[in-house]
Amino acid sequence: MENLIEKANQQVLEIIQNARPTLIGLGIAGEVIPGMEKNLFLHAGPPVTWERMSGPMRGAVMAGLIYEGFASTPEEAAKVAASGKIRFEPCHHHQSVGPMAGVVTSSMPVWIIENTTYGNKAFCTLNEGLGKVLRFGAYGEEVITRLKWMEAVLYPVLKEAIAIHGPIDLKNMIAQGVQMGDEVHNRNKASTSLLIREIASSIVKTSFSDEDKVKVFDFLNSNDHTYLNLSMPAAKASLDPAGGVKYSTIVYTMARNGTDFGIRVAGLGDRWFTAPAEIINGLYFPGFTMDDANPDIGDSCITETLGIGGFSMATAPAIVQFVGGTPKDAMRYTTSMYEITTEESKAYKLPPLNFRGAPTGIDIRKVVETQILPVINTGIAHKDPGVGQVGAGIVNPPMACFEQALEAYVKLLEDEGLVE
Amino acid sequence: MSVNELFKKDLKVVNIGLKSFYNDLKSQNLTAVHVNWKPKAGGKTRMVSLLDKLKKMN
Repeated sequence: MENLIEKANQQVLEIIQNARPTLIGLGIAGEVIPGMEKNLFLHAGPPVTWERMSGPMRGAVMAGLIYEGFASTPEEAAKVAASGKIRFEPCHHHQSVGPMAGVVTSSMPVWIIENTTYGNKAFCTLNEGLGKVLRFGAYGEEVITRLKWMEAVLYPVLKEAIAIHGPIDLKNMIAQGVQMGDEVHNRNKASTSLLIREIASSIVKTSFSDEDKVKVFDFLNSNDHTYLNLSMPAAKASLDPAGGVKYSTIVYTMARNGTDFGIRVAGLGDRWFTAPAEIINGLYFPGFTMDDANPDIGDSCITETLGIGGFSMATAPAIVQFVGGTPKDAMRYTTSMYEITTEESKAYKLPPLNFRGAPTGIDIRKVVETQILPVINTGIAHKDPGVGQVGAGIVNPPMACFEQALEAYVKLLEDEGLVE
Repeated sequence: MSVNELFKKDLKVVNIGLKSFYNDLKSQNLTAVHVNWKPKAGGKTRMVSLLDKLKKMN
């Protein structure tokens, strides 16, 4: 009967390995994300209410409310958020992902990714850069001004450029980036460069002024994390079709909202298994310490769920300058992830491990049995709204998520009379 | 090799289990490696029983 599980897991791994995430264009969230409405705010991680939201999540919601014109001051925004006028739902429930707070509002531009093998789509906002930005919970004037510029200039230029260029194969681009020292979660330097190189002539060919084109190039070039908002929906698009494979013990979602960490397992459908998010061990910007840190937050660990990100840190030794540790630690993190995964990626190959494929397909049985937790590298948000990023580091999900999932999985089989 | 011969050689230890044994040896400048090993499911009996149920399905 174990073959039932192995067969389901094999099917899931085939789905993941055969995925072909492709950038097909850009759109406005309210027009392209399924179910998106003006008074609906999407957020990272599993479901959470305003009352339980962490500081940076609240700050990002307040920034979104000012950006959308629901409020003109942070104080007013906090009142609107608590009034019940705004609905909050996870990005993951709307085919989307968002880094850190992951707040998506209806006017925001989004990348549109299609998994051309299975036809499903995934959406993600454009990356704002580091420091005082909405996704880290900042809501000052500079945050809103930048978001407005992104909507008015960056978005139309990129939309037209991608239309001129045509679809871009992100699987191929991530595979190249991974061989150039990126793990495409917290190190995206090579992949961002590849993207700019790929679309440069198309940007030049757009109908916009030279001044706007130069500003777009400068913005993309100034932000090494530009590509993060492509690697994330690429991972989401690759994993989502696995979501309905019954009896599979493979994890197809890991996400956190700054309060809770949640996972979803292919054989258990849309059900979240949550536990309190952990504090991150990392490097802090000057003037900040671990006491300033919010617990783990963001949908970006969808990259680790696919086997890149922290799972592939061996290929990105330079990342330790950002998240802490040594290159030896980076190697150790990756090699330990083979203990809890099912296959090696056929696309994402890691040169320092003799081109071994990235560890792919987290199995809840292996996590619980070995007690080895997935390794995630991540940015660190200040615990208070309005501050922003204070560092970056390494974190694990709570073991309780995997143990709850295993309980539910065995219960499912018991209910169906498949185990005693 | 007899036990007596073994004790005449330099001690090289592979430690499986409590890491404090490894740390004690290292503090005395002895050659030792620690195996990163934990009992199944960290010894949690409930989790062990769930995993065993799935293994018995075969």
